[in-house]
Amino acid sequence: MSLNKLTIAAARDGLKKGDFTAVELTESCLAAIEGAAALNAYCAKTPEIALAQASAADARLKAGEAPALCGIPLGIKDLFCTKGVASQAASRILEGFKPEYESTVTQNLWDAGAVMLGKLSMDEFAMGSSNETACYGPVVNPWKVDDRQLTPGGSSGGSASAVAADLCLAATGTDTGGSIRQPAAFTGIVGIKPTYGRVSRWGIVAFASSLDQAGPMTKSVRDAAIMLSAMASNDAKDSTCVDFPVPDFETALTGDIRGKKIGIPKEYRMDGMPAEIEKLWNDGAAMLRDAGAEIVDISLPHTKYALPAYYVIAPAEASSNLARYDGVRYGHRATLGSGEGIVDMYEKTRAEGFGPEVQRRIMIGTYVLSAGFYDAYYNRARRVRALIKRDFDLAFEAGIDAILTPATPSSAFGLGEMQDADPVEMYLNDVFTVTVNLAGLPGISVPVGLDAKGLPMGLQLIGKPWGEGDLLNQALVLEKAAGFTAKPAQWW
Amino acid sequence: MSIDIDTARKVAHLARIRVAETDLPKLAEQLSGILTFMEQLNEVDVEGIEPMTSVTPMRLKRRVDEVTDGNYQDKILANAPDAREGFFAVPKVVE
Repeated sequence: MSLNKLTIAAARDGLKKGDFTAVELTESCLAAIEGAAALNAYCAKTPEIALAQASAADARLKAGEAPALCGIPLGIKDLFCTKGVASQAASRILEGFKPEYESTVTQNLWDAGAVMLGKLSMDEFAMGSSNETACYGPVVNPWKVDDRQLTPGGSSGGSASAVAADLCLAATGTDTGGSIRQPAAFTGIVGIKPTYGRVSRWGIVAFASSLDQAGPMTKSVRDAAIMLSAMASNDAKDSTCVDFPVPDFETALTGDIRGKKIGIPKEYRMDGMPAEIEKLWNDGAAMLRDAGAEIVDISLPHTKYALPAYYVIAPAEASSNLARYDGVRYGHRATLGSGEGIVDMYEKTRAEGFGPEVQRRIMIGTYVLSAGFYDAYYNRARRVRALIKRDFDLAFEAGIDAILTPATPSSAFGLGEMQDADPVEMYLNDVFTVTVNLAGLPGISVPVGLDAKGLPMGLQLIGKPWGEGDLLNQALVLEKAAGFTAKPAQWW
Repeated sequence: MSIDIDTARKVAHLARIRVAETDLPKLAEQLSGILTFMEQLNEVDVEGIEPMTSVTPMRLKRRVDEVTDGNYQDKILANAPDAREGFFAVPKVVE
């Protein structure tokens, strides 16, 4: 097997035993990246940095002082600021931006010995569910069952495509409304959004600050546990990042979930849900029951209102966060005609720099925050958000340990198929995932099966706040029982 | 609540995004569609419910008010589209 196809856990063990070197492992990934231009997953490649980090990792391995991710090659979503390396959130407005600093998450990963292969494409400013809003053009899903090219999902679509196609061992993602879990489900990989506050947001380009959270996208549940422990930290630079000690999540993977209560929320059984998704969900519940868990029907009555609440709150926060892109301090500035002043500069810069979906969301956010509408839209949405969170609180208080739902309403769709759709139709992709962000909970997407077309489908497990260890353990049981080992046939 | 062309023009200006006059009807239609979708929130009884400000009940961390960082003007200006003499340069704002 080529080294780039390894999991983090297998590579870690192979490196420690001396079966291969970090440089060999990195070269294998770099070769795979060179051969995968058709997927358009990487928007910046950093082979020199990668090989230098790999050599340093080999030296540490030789000295017997290998930290958790020593020599593990990773891809980094373009949303993370990486020092001296283009970081532009897949937006033209950040063209040419090279941060003078490193995000806390990526610094934690390098401190743990990881190797950076490059930056991964995404939907512009993480706004999208198909990766088609990236300024680099759409990323392609390595899964292909007919003539069509499929979306890897979004917004962490480059990360999902790269992990599924073995262009890295794992990748970072971020998730504001499902941007880790939906692409993970579309590409047959694992993705976890941690509890809000578990991972520092410092140095990650902000979309909606009360919802954004970074997490790992990996080939297995064990890898997600290993990588999440390395990503998480306490951080004085993010006041919402908690001071709890970071557990070693891998030690939570006992495979024993006997007696755990898994809730099945009836409100997630949507009208018009494909029979295959419904069957997958039932099968997943049966797998957990067979492993000794108790399956309990529950109700989360405000589920239906999560999507409209999200599409008030997220654009409101985005309109505020993205006000900083004004052509003054970094990125693109429009060329001005004679007699044009600073307001012209702002307006032209932002019209040229932001794509249509980002513009729409900024304007919706501006509208719902504007005088006269603040209470009717923004405050009402925040009240509904409180009710959505209360639904989960009550379920957990009643003894539920985790909640099982589908991850997405369908398998991957074709690139361009949603082009003429109403913006709201694209938003429906997030229907099973946004509730988790609104409530600040951890959620994980696990590949469980293939649909009749041969495309991967995932299930989502939602855990208690700060309960990532238990959640990963439940996901491990689901992963084992499902035995999902399918990989996309290489066509690229 | 639907957004007419005048409102769309006003919102675009508030957001400091230039939208061509010919693009305003389509924009107004799309924004109206999104707002119609949000109207569902009016069905929810929110009487007595406080708007959520933080997902985890927490008091923002306090720290001593002291300088712990800084003195790298060149780094701050490194990515500026137009920096001169240690400042960000912008079109004239005062007549």
